[in-house]
This record gives sequence, C-alpha cells and structure tokens, in this order.
Amino acid sequence: MLWIAQRATAALLALCVAVHLATMIVAVRGGLTAAEILGRTRGSVGWAAFYGLFVLAVAVHAPIGLRTVAGEWLQWRGRGADACCAIIGVLLLALGWRAVAAVTV
Amino acid sequence: MESSLQVDVWRGGAQGAYRRYQVPRQDAQTVLDVVTWIQRRLDPTLAYRFACRVGMCGSCAMTVNGRARWSCRTHVAKVAQDNKLTIAPLAKLPIVRDLVTDMREFFDKWARAKGQFSPTATRHDDFARIAPASAARKEIDAAIECIGCGICYASCDVVAWNPAYLGPAALNRAWTLVNDSRDGDRAARLAAVAGDAGCHACHTQSTCTERCPKLLSPTASIAGLKRATARAVLKGDL
Repeated sequence: MLWIAQRATAALLALCVAVHLATMIVAVRGGLTAAEILGRTRGSVGWAAFYGLFVLAVAVHAPIGLRTVAGEWLQWRGRGADACCAIIGVLLLALGWRAVAAVTV
Repeated sequence: MESSLQVDVWRGGAQGAYRRYQVPRQDAQTVLDVVTWIQRRLDPTLAYRFACRVGMCGSCAMTVNGRARWSCRTHVAKVAQDNKLTIAPLAKLPIVRDLVTDMREFFDKWARAKGQFSPTATRHDDFARIAPASAARKEIDAAIECIGCGICYASCDVVAWNPAYLGPAALNRAWTLVNDSRDGDRAARLAAVAGDAGCHACHTQSTCTERCPKLLSPTASIAGLKRATARAVLKGDL
C-alpha cells in the first residue's frame, strides 16, 4: 500500500508547495523582516498545523520514492533498503517538525 | 533494385557476436525476408522464429537497428540506413540462440498478472450480453488486439530496472479482464497488479505505446489499472 500513500501525499504536497511558495513570495515582496515573520508564526496554531502536515507529507512521500530509486538504479532491495528509507523518513519528520516548532512555538 | 544489403546478425547465445552477410536488395523486402534469405541461401544454421508472416502471430519480433520491431511487417526501405541492417534478438529476454529468445518469463508474467479469464457462468447459462457501446467494452476493444509479440516488454526501461515488473503486455491483458463483466476474479487480479512489480511501477514513459506494432496503448491500460486499484483501496476492496 506504499503506492497509495505516495500518491495521496503527492496530492497533498502539490497543495502545500503552492501555498508555501505563495506565502514566501508575499512575505518577501511585502518586505517583512525575519522578526516580523516570527511575530506572525509564533503561537499560530494554523501555521503550525499547515507546516506540520507539510513535513509529514514529505516524510512519507520522499522515502517511498527513494526506495524505488534504490531498487531501480542501485538494484538495492529488501530489508536493508527498506530500513534505510524508513530511517530517512524518520529523520525528515524529526528535523522538519523541529524546524516547524522553532518558528511556531 | 540491384543493390545489396549489409546485414549484421547476432549469432550465438548471450556471449555471441554479430556476423556480417550480404543480401540482395529487393522490392517490398521485409526484415523477415532478409533473415529467411540468409538462412536459406547463406547459413542454414541461423535460428529465428516466425509463423504467420502477416502480423498476426507475434512470433517474429526482433531488434532491428536498435529498435524492437515485428520483422514480417517491417519493410527494409523503412529501417535500413545506408543499406545496412543490424538484427539482434529481442532485448530483456534470455537468448536461446541467434535471434531466438526465451519468452517464458514474459508469458509467466501474464499468469502472475492473473491474465487468465475466470468464468462466473456455466454452459447452462445464457450468453452474457455486453453492449458494444458500453464504456467497459470500449476499454476492452482498445486493448484486446495484443498479439503477445513482446516488443513492448523489450522496449520498456522499467523491465530492465525492476526485473520483477510485470511489463506492459501482461498489465494490458489484466486491464482487459478487469473490464470484463463476465470475469469473477477482479479483486485478486487488482491485488496481483498493485504490488511493487505491478502497474504503479510504470513511469509512464510510453515507449511501449510508441513501439507497439498493433498501435495499442499499454500506457493507457496501465493508467486504467492505477485508477482501478486506487478506487479499490478507497472502497476497502484491496
């Protein structure tokens, strides 16, 4: 069922990336400083939820893709490859959520 | 025409080599004509397969100037470059000898994709009535004329990257059965094509569709299987 997880997260990422890019462009063009941005994100449940979900989608989507790349390009399949990709997923989740916490908490 | 063709033909097994032959150029000459001329006039030990000679049986596929083609309906005029041909066995299949490949894995994958029809009716039942204009029948019509030549399989990069991949022909066959209202094994078939070796491994490069001599679109069939498996998951059937 990995493929359906990858497709579902791909759909979510399409939305998240669009919102993220639009937000960045608005923030930069609006001339907001880092302090002003942090002022808006800290304590915001909405931004925390959005980026928390974004990171979760990345952490699910990327390792599944890497697993395919490992199999097709390196002919590396089986438990070792699966475990390595799962570790990458956990790392992405931990680092990503840590970053989200740093700007929203 | 009086010119002659320079033809390099693969001889031997996997460790074989090309051997060069000179073959007279003729009007309306096909690649199968060339290979047959070599076997009958120059070297009777040359091994190759053919049966119908008219594009029905799917047995004469080979690699001609780097591309998998049906040799019986490939005119030399269309593929020869500077009156030169290079003829090899189909790629991605073990070579038995010369231009003959071992197709077992190719057809075993049809079985693994549950390419067998599973009837739900008996001889005592009436004929099934399927409207020719129904959506399912149209999907079947678009995919049913596969002759099992293996050209799509030999042309597919994913087959090389993922040896377990069922391949375009087997998945195309599964798609025709998924749309067949008389078939009783839909759930098992969807499960068979939903794994790492199934439809979701396809990269949609569409080489199968570009090369299919019957002008089918295995890519569209595989896309159909992707949608059908996704729907089955959402419904809890898979």
